[in-house]
Amino acid sequence: MSPAARERRQGWGLVAPALIWLLAFFLIPFAVMLALSFAHMEERTVVHGFDPGNYVRIFTDWTMFKALVNSIEITLVVSVVSVILAYPLAAIIAFRVPKRWQRLALLLAVLPFWTSYVVRSYAWLLVLGQNGVLNKALLGLGLISAPLEIAATRTATVIGFVHFFVMLLTLTIYANLIQLSPNYARAAQDLGAGRFQTFRHVILPLTLPGVVTGAFLTFVLCIGDYITPQILGGNNELTLPQLIMLQMGRGGNFPLASALSVVLMLVVTLAYLLSARWLRLDRV
Amino acid sequence: MNELNFFLIRAGKSVTPDMERLMPRPSLPSAALTALSLILLSSPALAKDLNALVWCDHTDPSLVAPFEEKFGVKVNLKEYEGTAAGLAILDQSQPGDWDVLVIDAVDVHRAVDAGYLGELPADQLPTADFFPQLVMAENNTKDGKTYAVTEKFGYNTIAYDKTKVDPKDMEDLSTLWSGKYDGRIAIYDYYLPVLGILAMGQGINTADITADNLDQLKDPLFKLKAASKQVSDVVSSQTALATGDVDIMVGGGEWVTAVLAADNPNLDWTIPKQGGLRWAQSIGVLKDSSQPDLALEFVKYIVSPEGQARLATASCYWGMPANSKAGDVLTPEQKAVLRWDDQPDYLARAQLYPIPDAALDTKMQDLWTEMMQK
Repeated sequence: MSPAARERRQGWGLVAPALIWLLAFFLIPFAVMLALSFAHMEERTVVHGFDPGNYVRIFTDWTMFKALVNSIEITLVVSVVSVILAYPLAAIIAFRVPKRWQRLALLLAVLPFWTSYVVRSYAWLLVLGQNGVLNKALLGLGLISAPLEIAATRTATVIGFVHFFVMLLTLTIYANLIQLSPNYARAAQDLGAGRFQTFRHVILPLTLPGVVTGAFLTFVLCIGDYITPQILGGNNELTLPQLIMLQMGRGGNFPLASALSVVLMLVVTLAYLLSARWLRLDRV
Repeated sequence: MNELNFFLIRAGKSVTPDMERLMPRPSLPSAALTALSLILLSSPALAKDLNALVWCDHTDPSLVAPFEEKFGVKVNLKEYEGTAAGLAILDQSQPGDWDVLVIDAVDVHRAVDAGYLGELPADQLPTADFFPQLVMAENNTKDGKTYAVTEKFGYNTIAYDKTKVDPKDMEDLSTLWSGKYDGRIAIYDYYLPVLGILAMGQGINTADITADNLDQLKDPLFKLKAASKQVSDVVSSQTALATGDVDIMVGGGEWVTAVLAADNPNLDWTIPKQGGLRWAQSIGVLKDSSQPDLALEFVKYIVSPEGQARLATASCYWGMPANSKAGDVLTPEQKAVLRWDDQPDYLARAQLYPIPDAALDTKMQDLWTEMMQK
């Protein structure tokens, strides 16, 4: 066997486990889901075939389409707010916190990852409730005269999400910021740039890949989550994952649930393509 | 940092050396043990224990402990919510994986028609001691054969905080959307009982709901939603009631308030003049059970007075026992919370859950989804 052939064989050997994994746990299940999305229900039985009815319904039934719109709206708001909050936090940890305290700061940043997602959501319910910690504090300080209605609203859902994703984004942005040589800022300032100009034209562009990676992960995880909207949103509006859960757990309508899942995947794929093309994630 | 690093973080791994030291890392032996446990837990057929597909009340350790002790076996319990989910689990399991099934009494025929439930020896079941309305032969038997036996029941009506609302108002459903209690109501997120209650409010018996008269429920349902703060599951509704975020829960009953009674004695429930819904759960043995005799013994234990008293006061939720002899085992305090003495009146005024066919069920769920999206 020639060295080139041996090298190719070794290469295939090395990627084979990953390919098998991808095939078994993504491509095959996805193909099954895609096929199922074109089936339909008759009584309580799945009838296989090529029926685009589920997709037609998703885009023509107001209840279904609104769920898609709700998901995208909530996800965009959460992603933007999380980035706005996480960037300064990461910058403070990277540039203002002394090296010896940065570990502690990061520890505090990842603490929310250590608690159960469901428990965290219920905890927020107690904080945001009419008689919750927040309202009591605001009433006690005399800042409001009547309790704010936050629990069981979209605002509560966004707060719950942002709390979690700010931590994720802080990590991704911090990892980028810490790798930046201070010479970039010094060079910019030597050339007469002020602090804001240095940030706007040097620091921000160099850390954008980290920001977008974090924002994309936020997008993916947020748009696929049904627990937070269910617990904190009070089911006052439905998101796409909630609708999928309803179709599966309650209706047993796996074809419609599959079609909704395919639409969800398409939205995520679109978000990936947009962000990857725009900001070259491969550099991160 | 790439996507992989994020998932490594969630798995307790690291990105940078600094972060690495912050993350807990499972040791190899503990990871191996975890993996082994997962394999064993996910393969019920591997063990010679009894495997039961149940509702959450059965997972109270004090319920199964006496049975396990008597027969020297372990009862593996897997809880599920909703008949569709339970039937899906059975559909995806191997014959013999499961021995016992707890199911909504009105759905027993669905499980029988799907070929899951086996026949029970009726002469070995203490149904003569049951509250007569809870024998539910029309649900638990088919073609003269008994496939399940009722084990617990209760009501879906109106639960409320009697210090925050006028209890007299709770006697009339329409008060809920009169404007007086706007934003103080939680709707229990289960379409069958709530639509059933609203149907009774429209003068339609739950058994008479059809696709044709379903539209009559739209108006009161949407009005109720407009007056409500949330549509929520059991835990969220209980939390909202307990914290004062809502004062009323439509679809609630003793199963919601009983577990909170010790901490919040102000929570109460009633059946309005329009009536309420009676829920009931049944238990049966799977046709392909690998241990049908032991499974039958488990069913007999659950419907015995002792098993019934323990099931009635199980930690997940309380409910009335189907076997009236459980009254000899329950304490007076427990019976007071369950409203034992009021049962003749309640049973007379309550109707069973609607039993929709597939087409009506889909329409009801679509209506419910539309309401949530309003």
